[in-house]
This record gives sequence, C-alpha cells and structure tokens, in this order.
Amino acid sequence: MTGSIQTIVMPKWGLAMQEGTLTKWLVAEGAAIKPGVEICEIETSKITNALESTIAGTIRRRIAEEGVVLPVGALLAVVADRSVDDAAIDGFVAKFNEEFAAAVAAAGSEAPGPQSIDVGGRAIQYQRAGEGGIPIVFLHGFGGDLNGWMFNQPVLAEGRATVALDLPGHGGSSKEVGDGSVELLADVVGGALDALEIERAHLVGHSLGGAIAATVAAKHPQKVAALTLIASAGLGPEINIGFIDGFIAASGRKDLLPILQTLFADPALVTRDMVNETLKFKRLDGVDQALRTIAQAAFPGGKQAPRLRDRLAGLTMPVQLIVGADDRVIPASHAAGLSGNVKVHTLPAAGHVPQMEKAGDVNKLIGSFGPAA
Amino acid sequence: MARKLSFRQSINEALAQEMARDPRVVIMGEDVSGGTGSPGEQDAWGGPLGVTKGLHSKFGAARVLDTPISESGFIGAAVGAAAAGLRPVAELMFVDFMGVCFDQIFNQAAKFRYMFGGKATTPVVIRTMFGGGFRAAAQHSQCLYSIFTHIPGLKCVVPSSPYEAKGLLIQAIRDDDPVIFFEHKMLYDVEEEVPEGAYTIPFGEANILRDGKDVTVVALGRMVTLAMQAAQALAKEGIQCEVIDPRTTSPLDMDTIVESVGNTGRLVVVDESHPRCNMATDIAAVVAQEAFDSLKAPVRMVTGPHTPVPFSPALEDLYLPSADKIAAAVRQATRKAAA
Repeated sequence: MTGSIQTIVMPKWGLAMQEGTLTKWLVAEGAAIKPGVEICEIETSKITNALESTIAGTIRRRIAEEGVVLPVGALLAVVADRSVDDAAIDGFVAKFNEEFAAAVAAAGSEAPGPQSIDVGGRAIQYQRAGEGGIPIVFLHGFGGDLNGWMFNQPVLAEGRATVALDLPGHGGSSKEVGDGSVELLADVVGGALDALEIERAHLVGHSLGGAIAATVAAKHPQKVAALTLIASAGLGPEINIGFIDGFIAASGRKDLLPILQTLFADPALVTRDMVNETLKFKRLDGVDQALRTIAQAAFPGGKQAPRLRDRLAGLTMPVQLIVGADDRVIPASHAAGLSGNVKVHTLPAAGHVPQMEKAGDVNKLIGSFGPAA
Repeated sequence: MARKLSFRQSINEALAQEMARDPRVVIMGEDVSGGTGSPGEQDAWGGPLGVTKGLHSKFGAARVLDTPISESGFIGAAVGAAAAGLRPVAELMFVDFMGVCFDQIFNQAAKFRYMFGGKATTPVVIRTMFGGGFRAAAQHSQCLYSIFTHIPGLKCVVPSSPYEAKGLLIQAIRDDDPVIFFEHKMLYDVEEEVPEGAYTIPFGEANILRDGKDVTVVALGRMVTLAMQAAQALAKEGIQCEVIDPRTTSPLDMDTIVESVGNTGRLVVVDESHPRCNMATDIAAVVAQEAFDSLKAPVRMVTGPHTPVPFSPALEDLYLPSADKIAAAVRQATRKAAA
C-alpha cells in the first residue's frame, strides 16, 4: 500500500539552508495537485517562496503546522490516491517520522560547503553540486553572491554538474577587483573555469554577471556551450542608478530594506534575514571599495558602460535572455530588438531576480537549454 | 565558509587582525600575556579566561603588555597612551574592579574631546568581563554597564554573540572615542559562524533577531539568547515576540525600539542588572515618553533583584533572569491587554 504514498518535505534551497518555516498552506487537505501547483509558502533564513509540487495526487494529510520551524527533509504533507486508507497513511507518517528523526541524529551537518581556489593571485570561492554532463556555471550580479542561486543550483544539480562562483569583491572571494571592469571580471571567470578544469560550460549570468558571462563567451567561445543571461546588464544604457548607489551607501537595515525590495516585483519577499545577510557582506573590510570600483567602471555617470548587443549577435553558441516584466533595476525593454540568435523570455510578475521570484520557470528554461552533455 | 568560532576566539581574532592592520594597537592588562618577569613560558596565560592567549607570541612584548595589579595605574596609562597617539586595548578583568579607576575613565578619558574643544581624541578600548552565572560571587558578577552609559563621552558595547563580538570590537578599536567593551563571561564558549575577514558593526544600530507583532522584547548581552529561547517557546502559544538587541547602550538606538513598540504596543525589557537606574528603566522611560499612545499594557522589566549577586549556586540561579521569567513577563504583558 505504501508504494502509492508520496511525500512533500521541507525543501533544501541552497546549501546553507538547514531549516525553514511553513508560513502558509496554499492547498487544502483533499485537494488534487499536479506538478507546478504551489503547495505552501516556506520562509527560509534568506527569503520566503512558494514550494511547487513535483508530483501529482491528492493531499491526504497536512502534517506541518503553520509558523513552526522544521529541519530540511521534514515531512510537510502526504500525497496519495483516495483509495489508500487512513490507517495506511497513519502508519506511513509514523514510520517516516521515526526514520527521519534517526537520520537527522545520525547525519549531523556534513553538507560540503563552498571551497576556494587561487585564480591569478585572487582567492575565488565556489560551490559545486551535482555531477556529469556539461557543467552549468552561475555568475551572480552586483552585490550578490553564490547563495543567490539557492533556488536554482540544487534543482539543476540533480543529474548534472553545477558550479556557482563568487565574483571578485563579493561573497567569500578576494575583495581585490583591480580596475573593476567587466573585462577584468570576465578574465577572472575564464581563469576560474581553467582552474576548475571546466573545458566547456553553460554559463548563466545574472545582471552584471550576465555582462560578464557574455564577455567570456565572446572572448572564449570554445569554453561556452550555451549562454543564459538573466536581467542582464550590457544591453542598453539605462539602469536604476539609485539602486546601485543606494546599495553601496546603505549601512543599516533601514537604508538597505527598500533598496533590496527594488529587486523584486513583490517587495514582501525580502525577509529580515536577507537584509541581515547582505549587511554582513557589506560590513566586511574591502567590500565598500570593491563595490565602488566595480560600479564606477560598469555604470559611470549613471549609465551602463558595457555594450554587448553587437557581441551577442556574433555568438555562435545557443543564447537566451530571461527578463522579469516588472524589473525596476534594468528595464525589461532592453530585451527588445536583439539579434535573432538570442531567444528572449519575458516572465510576468517578476522583477530583477526572476531566478528567485519565478525559480521554477527559470530552472526549466535553463535546464532544457543548450547541450546537456 | 561555514567556520564557527567561540565568543572567546572571535575576540582574540578581532584583536589579532587589528594589531596586524594597525601598529598603533597595543594590548595591556593583568596577565594578558602572562609570565612577564618570571622564569618559564611567557604567553602562557592570555588573561584570566584565555582570551588574549597567543597574541604575545604573534606581536611581542612591546605590544602585549602584562601590567601590575593596579587598575588605576594601567588604565591611566592606557588613557594617556591613547591621548598621545596609540590605540590601546586595556583589559580590566572584571568590571567589578572598575571602581578603583573611575577618575581615569569618567573624569579624564570621557572628558578630553569635550574639554579640549574637539582637538583631542582618546581612542582607548577597555575590555572587561561582567555578569552572573559563573559562581564567582558578589565581587565578580555584576553588570554595571548602566553606570558607564550614564557618562557622556564614553561608548558602551554589550555584544551578545561571537559574530557580534568580533565586528563590534573591531569597530571599538577603530573608534576615536573611549569605548567600554563588556564581555559576558558565560558567553565565552558559545560558538557561531564568524567570517574570517575583518568587519565592523556600527554602534547605535540595534539588531532585530526576530520579527513579531505582539510584544517587543529588548535584551542585552547574554539575555539575548534567553529572550530568543523565550520567544521560541511563546511562539508555540501563539505569542509573536519581536526580539531586539541594542548592541550598544551608548549610543542607544531608541528609534528601533520605539518603532517596534509602535507596532506591538507592548514592551518587555530584559536586563541582568540590579533593578534601579539600569538599562531597563532607561529604555522603559524613553518608551513611556515617546510611545505612550502606542502602549496597550504596562511595560514589564525582567532584572535581577536589588541585592548583591549571591554566591550560593541555588540562590544565584534564582537571582538571574531566565527564559522562563522572560516568558512569564511576556504573558503578563499580553494578558493585561486582553483583559
């Protein structure tokens, strides 16, 4: 009987996530679900997001209570056909919880954390996950870090190698950024691919990371099997320079919260911990100068310096651009009028970070794009 | 890089990184190295609880100075050295001993910038242990940060965790004013993820550890952990606490507290000090003045009683605020509102 019983558990969104809170149920007991249906809202230490179902069936039992903190992997709900009787479900739940408690006690925290390599004298932090195929390499945007891919990397790493990098000046990487130019940052990324012995990769770059990824692709086309740009810089002169300046200037929670909210179509997604984690990064020695140097090089006079439209037209590998329709940092209109080799996807109800706000959609677009092996 | 450090290690790392960065940073205090002037190993002791251990071998006797057991002497020396251009970090073992050098701190260090028309700075840090629970009796267990908070010209820091301690101590060392840095001795073995690089946490900006709509709970130092435990227990009863750690009592971020009380309408202040003229009474008074219209219930304070800290372990446990006492105060605050 238990063969037809399926589970929905606390997801692991990013390697740092150890627990989460189910803040709101979005389906009732007895509801029929299918893949893509939003099951509940989960608040992590970074962000609140909807958990989408990957399975089909009937919600037979909602186990988790709203507002209670649960470890990753804890049972949230039981899904089974209506024909499965209640006693079988009770037995399944009891057994699952018993085994889960034992597994938690035995495991401790052994998830491999990020590592660091030397690239031309700079320490570059990276996070590997998954194995096989052409690796997907993630490049975050201005002020971000590799944890920004927490809704994407673990999902795409199922059955495929992935690496997320911290760019110079960011996350756990060296805070020395040279002249801060996209060219220099692209050279460091190219060097990191070599150091990590990645011959060819599907580069995924967000915002400033998009401009960097496109530059790597133009300079080293043999290293790039496919290119996904998300809300990319370098496609037009306009940028919300208030976001960049505000991000650099913000020294406290009250200043930073409205800045981070600019990133999302739904500002309520920004949690206190997301603000705190960003402040922790900004407080590190060297970060302020690194951000100022990069911003000065990339956005002098409040306009974008990188000009990549022509470079994209010359690329021979598959190229796609994903933008959020409600982007308040880089206008979604920059996606218009690109050369025909760039496949454009505009996601509704998403802001500047669709990979967080519309993670499921973005993951599908990335996972199904370009050669996988 | 998920690297955990204890509160003790994070203070040691902050000192080491600032000493490496700035040659003007020197350390002085009783046994901060240990062994000066006697045969045998130097750097054996590293302060009474080993916080400065290893710094003597890294930076040498010229920058890690064992001092005589004379607080009035070496605190005065540290203040003078700061006025003359060094950035000394003096360790005054237990805050309970501060009485013998009040003049150096209250009437000298705190006054220089003001009385010399802004032309003088006194970048001295005085690190000191405080707080109960260590079975160290009445002369080694007091809190006393309220006394220093009272004096204009001093900055007072009360870190609540290893991450907080490192960033606040680096900020203290780089600050141009005299800073009293209070280390709760029961926190030294607490561990937490701490970045390897140097970083600073600005003074006068409270940390909100938990959002809640029902009650604002303000706590300092070790009390922050207890307040969080209480908040977790209360969440199961459906009471959502907003937990605020002011981090520094001078400057004090009353804006964050007042704003929070504006949302919750209820305030519980947890302060390990004696109940008269402490941070709890001070914060309660400002809230009464600034947010009276928001209050739905009387402000509650959780403090020690107005007695010396008892030596009897059983009595000391009763003396100190606990998560249970905090939870009880929060329930009281919410019941009053419901009635």
